[in-house]
Amino acid sequence: MAGYVLRRILMMIPTLAVVSAIIFAIIELPPGDYLETYVAELESRGESVDEKEIAFLRQQYGFGEPVIERYLKWVGGMLRGDFGYSFEYRMPVADVVGDRLILTVAVSVATIALTWLIAFPIGIYSATHQYSWGDYGLTFLGLLGLATPNFLLALILLYFANVWFGTSIGGLMDPEYLGKPWSWGKIVSVLEHLWIPVIVVGTAGTASLARRLRANLLDELAKPYVETARAKGLPEGRLLLKYPLRSALNFFVADIGNLLPQVISGAELVAVVLSLPTTGPILISALQSQDMYLAGSFLMFLAVLTTVGVLVSDIALAFLDPRIRLEGGVRQ
Amino acid sequence: MSGKDDTRQDAQERGTARDPGRPPHFVSTAPFDPAVTEQWTEAQERYFLASQWRLVWWKFRRHKLAVVSAIFLALAYGSILISEFLAPYGLHTRHVDHIFAPPQRVHLFHEGRFIGPFVYGLRYRLDMENLKRVYTEDKSRIYPLRLFCRGDSYRFWGLFQSNLHLVCAAEGGTLFLAGTDRLGRDVLSRMIYGARISLTIGLVGIAISFSLAIVIGGLSGYYGGWVDFLVQRWIEILRSFPEIPLWMALAAILPVTWSPLLVYFGITVILALLDWTGLARAVRSKLLALREEDYCMAARVLGARPRRIVFRHLMPGVMSHLIAAATLSIPNMILGETALSFLGLGLRPPITSWGVLLNEAQNINVVALYPWLMLPVVPVILVILAFNFVGDGLRDAADPYKA
Repeated sequence: MAGYVLRRILMMIPTLAVVSAIIFAIIELPPGDYLETYVAELESRGESVDEKEIAFLRQQYGFGEPVIERYLKWVGGMLRGDFGYSFEYRMPVADVVGDRLILTVAVSVATIALTWLIAFPIGIYSATHQYSWGDYGLTFLGLLGLATPNFLLALILLYFANVWFGTSIGGLMDPEYLGKPWSWGKIVSVLEHLWIPVIVVGTAGTASLARRLRANLLDELAKPYVETARAKGLPEGRLLLKYPLRSALNFFVADIGNLLPQVISGAELVAVVLSLPTTGPILISALQSQDMYLAGSFLMFLAVLTTVGVLVSDIALAFLDPRIRLEGGVRQ
Repeated sequence: MSGKDDTRQDAQERGTARDPGRPPHFVSTAPFDPAVTEQWTEAQERYFLASQWRLVWWKFRRHKLAVVSAIFLALAYGSILISEFLAPYGLHTRHVDHIFAPPQRVHLFHEGRFIGPFVYGLRYRLDMENLKRVYTEDKSRIYPLRLFCRGDSYRFWGLFQSNLHLVCAAEGGTLFLAGTDRLGRDVLSRMIYGARISLTIGLVGIAISFSLAIVIGGLSGYYGGWVDFLVQRWIEILRSFPEIPLWMALAAILPVTWSPLLVYFGITVILALLDWTGLARAVRSKLLALREEDYCMAARVLGARPRRIVFRHLMPGVMSHLIAAATLSIPNMILGETALSFLGLGLRPPITSWGVLLNEAQNINVVALYPWLMLPVVPVILVILAFNFVGDGLRDAADPYKA
């Protein structure tokens, strides 16, 4: 077991290395850099440029050095916990991100929990009542959830939440709690606001998860051992709980790898619409203004978040399913 | 030869010796024609001799929802050929007197009297209290619709001048079936024009990702070994990354100076660059199974090159599955474009896609005051549902030999 976990963690290293290279390439691609745009902007407004500061930043972050060197500097910094400097916010990236990353994690975890809670019964019902009206109806609802663009659903829910429950528009908490330390009232306020993004992001994931669970369970139900159990006279309910559902549970844990990127993606998009204090809005503005360390480190955080999520799901799966431990760690 | 004859004689002798009542064992030397003994019915003949694609089609036809969806999609794609004719107004025509006008309803009866399809005129008032434009139906003015009428002039596909429209308002009247936006442009017309971009972006994108998937998945599945290992790791990395942030990052790269057409292709390529992984995996797993088949071994022994084996012998076997898989990933692209354009990172006006139209509905005020600006989401949902149903039908039909 320990060997498997170790192997699995070691496998993350090349993955993250490649991801960081891709991200660096992407944020390096646009011509020019932030300092050039910044200087040009200041000059056009007729303000004086603090040559010293610019020169210091240039030297500190190695503008003008070869790409490889800058890449190594960036990665090396991240390993030491220095995520670079946000030119736009004029503070270290870690300070800009801080809370926002926690909220992103909160939204993602809550969404996955909700997705499971809804998809599990739906998947089981659809599989055990294949081709019934209920199955068709649920499939159709799921597809509708899949087909509706998240952002629009977010807008509509936001509007009705405001009209019916008086929830303040935008953000993840009432304005009075902004910048305050965490307290009971703040947590309640966050929970009141959390359900909209969670539902919105969850709709798409729920539909596809329920469909995959249905297909998986149908395969399992067609296997001979189910027939044997039935022949022994096991009642349907117990039969379902005892075997096929247990293997379906494994599938649920394994599916985090599919679900997590989708959830984080959706969360980013919805965050922009709802102006949530998660990573979405900052990421867009950082990308647009070529605030490269902010954008790059953000993307890197998201990548690490997904990779760690998948790692946790793999390890949990290894605990649940002995076959995986014995395979020797290479997934096919 | 002689040995065979011997045994036959042996059997004959034994047969007669043991049971004199039984006719002697006899094998005719005349050529055997199975068609004489086993007559196929016409239905059987049709079924047995049908090509694979025909079988797929027959099986697909049984899936009613898929057929209806396919017809809907065909109509939608057909409409983009004649958008100019179908749209009541031009793409950029502004009605400055009718800004944020709500959708007008088509009536058939006026005070119990049948007059055919018509709309009432709109009366406009500015509500000074909450600064809202209020439009009310003016029942005294009746504007019957005209069919095949002359309206806004346009250049049909940029080729020739015309002003023929399927339907337009009566002289002096207006026809805003889906309302107007902040510049007084007819939302319905813009939706019809938007279909051109939104629907084709999925097709062009899937064409790119399909080719990538076939080449990369094909190499990986046929060669196996370290090629396969590298490709699979690469796919795993790409898939583990959240799509939308990566799309946003790539879209932010597109230079602002690019022409709308270049941006269109840029966005398509970006969507395709992240989409091919799923298809490539499907190609690979199918190829891994098929390359063990005897006919593939035969081709290899005959000295066929890998390219010929993959494209000539293996691809036909996986094609139907691939088409089904591709159909199921088109919706993803359409939604991707919509999301990017909605964020303002995708297509930019004057290009009009459904995502660009929805960009106008980014504000919570829209939901409260001008909900009809969200109408472009209706074709998005319908098209995505239709693609899903068609894809499901194709997937079931892709293996026609399975019951």
